[in-house]
Amino acid sequence: MSDLSPQLLSDLKELAARVRARVLIAVHHAKGGHIGGPLSCADMLVAFYFHILNIDPTNPDWEDRDRFILSKGHSTIALYAVLAERGFFPIEELLTFDAIDSRMQGHPDMTKTPGIDMSSGSLGQGISPGIGMAIGARMLGKDFHTYVLMGDGESQEGQVWEAAFVAARYSLDNLTAILDYNGLQQFGWQESGMHMLTPIEHPAKKWQAFGWNTIEVDGHDIAAFIGAVEQAKAHKGQPTVIIAHTVKGKGVSFMEDDYLWHAQVPTEEQLSAALTELGEEKLAPEYLIGGAQ
Amino acid sequence: MTSSKSQRVAFGETLNELIEKNPRVVVLDGDLANSTRADFVAKAHPDHFLEMGIAEQNMMGVAAGLASLGFIPFISTFAAFAAKRDLDQVRVVVAQPNLRVIITGAYSGIQTGKTGKTHHAVQDISVFRAMPNMTVVAPADAVEVRQAMIALVNNLDGPAYLRLTRDPFKTIFDDSYQFELGKAVVLREGDDIALIGTGEQSIRCLDAAEMLAEDGYQAYVLHVPTLKPVDVEAIVAAAKRTGCVVTAEDHTIIGGLGGCVAEVLGEHFPVPIKRVGLQDVYGESAPNEHLIEKYGLTPRHIAQAARELFEKVKE
Repeated sequence: MSDLSPQLLSDLKELAARVRARVLIAVHHAKGGHIGGPLSCADMLVAFYFHILNIDPTNPDWEDRDRFILSKGHSTIALYAVLAERGFFPIEELLTFDAIDSRMQGHPDMTKTPGIDMSSGSLGQGISPGIGMAIGARMLGKDFHTYVLMGDGESQEGQVWEAAFVAARYSLDNLTAILDYNGLQQFGWQESGMHMLTPIEHPAKKWQAFGWNTIEVDGHDIAAFIGAVEQAKAHKGQPTVIIAHTVKGKGVSFMEDDYLWHAQVPTEEQLSAALTELGEEKLAPEYLIGGAQ
Repeated sequence: MTSSKSQRVAFGETLNELIEKNPRVVVLDGDLANSTRADFVAKAHPDHFLEMGIAEQNMMGVAAGLASLGFIPFISTFAAFAAKRDLDQVRVVVAQPNLRVIITGAYSGIQTGKTGKTHHAVQDISVFRAMPNMTVVAPADAVEVRQAMIALVNNLDGPAYLRLTRDPFKTIFDDSYQFELGKAVVLREGDDIALIGTGEQSIRCLDAAEMLAEDGYQAYVLHVPTLKPVDVEAIVAAAKRTGCVVTAEDHTIIGGLGGCVAEVLGEHFPVPIKRVGLQDVYGESAPNEHLIEKYGLTPRHIAQAARELFEKVKE
């Protein structure tokens, strides 16, 4: 089981709130970007970069590091916030998100940003390079693990299932996929009003049918999530997918479970209210005085 | 004495040769190994052979992941699929991150073994040439295939598309030939008209030049194996020397070699051009000789285009 101390868990939770705040500030500052998806996966990203991954921020290209691919690349601002908090680059750089010449591109770019292991952005593609890394690790006799965080919406892409088939064929137990199962996508199948049908039904059954081990967990319960990843790593002979039940827009009440917050810029009042909810109101003056100029 | 060999056999043999020298070389197969001759690797070096099944999009992504670890993956599938089915994957995880994946398009052009238009690849040069970071190579014969593969593995950091053909065809180069990435090769001297070819069509340009010589025209023949980065200097030199240019390719004339030469000469040294190739049409299934006759790719077609252009320019 996890060696997670109560202190560490509390630190991780605090970090997740700060990461959410930094996402909102960056999007507000850039006057554009995604919010719902980044908030949905923020807890898991913190768990990965502050506890699970074997990485070295001072040596992002270390060849024995664990690999992490954010397949749902539009959530990249959350990854940038986590990488910045972890020391891959200065926090202030988050305010250059989407600006000309910035390393903080709208979707992950491995040629620009320290800590990004694979470029992504066109959905459904991240899992395949993950397979290449897992096969490559085996060929090199290295024991690093490869993780791919995917969205439920992008599971509609056929490539995901091509990849699911091949990963199982190669029994890639050094590959773990995480499904950010928040039940919403950009627009989707709208029944009436705000209610939408989920992007993918019965994901566990589908992945099992393709030969994968599956684990279901609350993607906002950091301790439980870390436990699920440990279980996944311990499982031999099959790749594992962790189906992480999440809430799009998690952490800010008026953004939760509302597809309209997929990509919407908060007003100054909304930002202020959100930071207060997150307990990060201290970041507001810092931002408004420093970065918003 | 002319000898004959298929490019695909050279491809399979050279893969093994490369693997024996560099353990980072691997081949990914889209369930066509016994056509493309990637099966030579499956037999000799099974640890370097990765079967990816009939799933090209995933295959391209897997290659990107391997390349990110320092492997040198060769993608092996038909050119028709390499240049279409997985194109967004090439763009996002191979070309944009500038990863060294060598995409080999077997069975290019229309001479694909009676498979018809679904399996013809006549836009692959146009497609890959338009992609930043991509190197594009179309060797003339089996000897050049080997040399090009060695050069791509040894001298390239980014992605490449290697365009190969199916059937045995005469070789024009011998073992002393030195392929150089980005360099065109003068195959014949002549002052009347320049024939510029790529792939096997460069060999048909040589045959066309013989026909033209019988009629009293001296053709200059330039072979352009690297379509990107293209040898601007050599193309301009050909145009300066002769004043008119015929291009020849087993590919659409839009955006391929013909398009490329027109772009180069339009900017640097405008001369009249005639493009011999697929005239914005799809092919059909038939024996090679019938196809190249119907779609205008024979040496006779190249010679005819040259005569017409030369006479027009003289007027």
